[in-house]
Amino acid sequence: MRSPDLLRHAWTVASKDLLVEFRSRTAILSVAVFVVLVLVVFNFGRDPTAVSNIDLAPSILWVTFTFAAILALNRAFLIELENQALEGLLLAPIDRGSIYLGKLIANLVFVVTIEVIGLPLIALFFNVHVLLAPLILVIALATVGFVAVGTLFSAMTVRTRFAELLLPVLLLPFMILPLSWAVQATVRVLANRPLNEFAGWLSMLAVYDVVFVTLALLLFPATVNE
Amino acid sequence: MRMLRAGRWITVIGLLLLAGVYVRAFAFTPMDRLQGLAQKIMYVHVPAAIWAETAMMLVGLASAFYLFTKDPRLDRFAASSAEVGTVFCVILLTTGPIWGKPIWGTWWTWDARLTFSLLLFFLYVAYLLLRGAVIDPAARARFAAVLGICGMCEVPFIHFSVYLFPTLHPMPVILKPSQPSLPWSMLSTWLLSVGVFTMLYVGFVVQRYALSYLRDRLEAVQEPDNA
Repeated sequence: MRSPDLLRHAWTVASKDLLVEFRSRTAILSVAVFVVLVLVVFNFGRDPTAVSNIDLAPSILWVTFTFAAILALNRAFLIELENQALEGLLLAPIDRGSIYLGKLIANLVFVVTIEVIGLPLIALFFNVHVLLAPLILVIALATVGFVAVGTLFSAMTVRTRFAELLLPVLLLPFMILPLSWAVQATVRVLANRPLNEFAGWLSMLAVYDVVFVTLALLLFPATVNE
Repeated sequence: MRMLRAGRWITVIGLLLLAGVYVRAFAFTPMDRLQGLAQKIMYVHVPAAIWAETAMMLVGLASAFYLFTKDPRLDRFAASSAEVGTVFCVILLTTGPIWGKPIWGTWWTWDARLTFSLLLFFLYVAYLLLRGAVIDPAARARFAAVLGICGMCEVPFIHFSVYLFPTLHPMPVILKPSQPSLPWSMLSTWLLSVGVFTMLYVGFVVQRYALSYLRDRLEAVQEPDNA
C-alpha cells in the first residue's frame, strides 16, 4: 500500500465519521455541555482563598479534557456497530491502517473541538491566560498521545461486555503518564517559565506520541481481523 | 498434571528458600546504620519490583509472538505471567508502605515512584479485566495481546519517567550504571532473594499455565462441537 493511498483512504474514513457527526451534532453538543458542567462542578470543590487559580487551573484543565476525551472516544467505534457498519468498512478494499488513521483523525478533530470549547471557558471561569503558543503545543502533543491509544482500545472495548466502563479502565493507565507530563508542563507554561524548564516534558510527550501512534497502526489489524 | 505438580514443587521450594532468605537477612546480614530493621524489607521489596516489571515485559513479548504465530500456548503464558505479575505488584505496593511508615512517617505519598508503581498495578488490572470481558477465546487472546504489547511499551516510560520528577524514594543502590553501593554482606542476601523470587515467579507461572491448560481441555470435553 502506497502512503498517498493510505492517507487518502484515511481521510475518506475520517470525513465519513465527521459528516455523520456534523449532521446529528448530538455527541459533540453533549460533550460540550459535559465540559461546562465539569468546570462548574470544579468550582464547588475549591477554596479560592486557600489555593490560587493559577495553581488549580492545570489540573482542572487536564481532568476536564481527560473525561471529555474518554466520552468522545467511546463513540468512535460505537457508531460502526449499528447495521454492522464495521463489517462493511472492513470489506472495503483498503488497508486496515487507513481505517485506524481515519478513526484517529476523526477522533482528534472531535477532541480538539471539545478542547477549543473548553479552553476559553477555563480562561473565563478561572481567570487564567490561556492563549499561549506553548500551552497549545502541550495540549496538542498530549491529545495526540492519548487519542491514539484510545482509538485503538475503543476498537476492542466496543465488542466486549460493559464497553463504556471498560474503555476508561483500559485507557487511564495509559493516559496518566502523558497527563502527568502535560500537567507539569502546563504548570510551568501558565507561570510564564522559560521554555527550557518544560522542554523535557514536551520531548517526553513527543516520544510517547511517536511510539504509540506507530504501535497502534501496527496493532490495529489485530483488533478487527477475525 | 505433571506440570502442575512440578510448578507446585518449585513454589514450595521457593517459599522455603524465602524463609531462608529472611533467616539470613535477620541473623547473618548487618543492620543498616540509619534505617535499622526497616531496611530488611528491601530484600522482598526490590526483587518484587524487578519481577513486577519483568513479568509485564514477558507478557508483551509473548503477546507479540502470539500475534504472529497464533500459538495458544503463548496466550496462556501471557495470561499466567500477567496474573503472577499482579501478585508481585501487590507485594511491591504492600511492602512499600510498611517501610514508608517508620522511615517517611507516612504510609503513602504521591511520589513519582509510588504513583507509577500504582500505575503498573492498574495496567495489570486492566489486562485481567479485559480478559474477563471478552467471551470469544480467539478475540480474547487477540485483544489481550494488543493490550499486553502496549503495556510492555509503557513499562520503559514508567521506569524512566520517575527520574524526571523530584522524588523522596531512595535511588537505586544496586541496579544503576555505576558499581553497586552496597556491602557484599547485604548484596549477597539480596542476590539470593532475587534468585528466590525468580523461582517463585517460575513456580507460580508454571502452575497457573498448567491450570489454564487443564481448564481449556475441560471446556473442550464439555463442548464436543468445539473440540
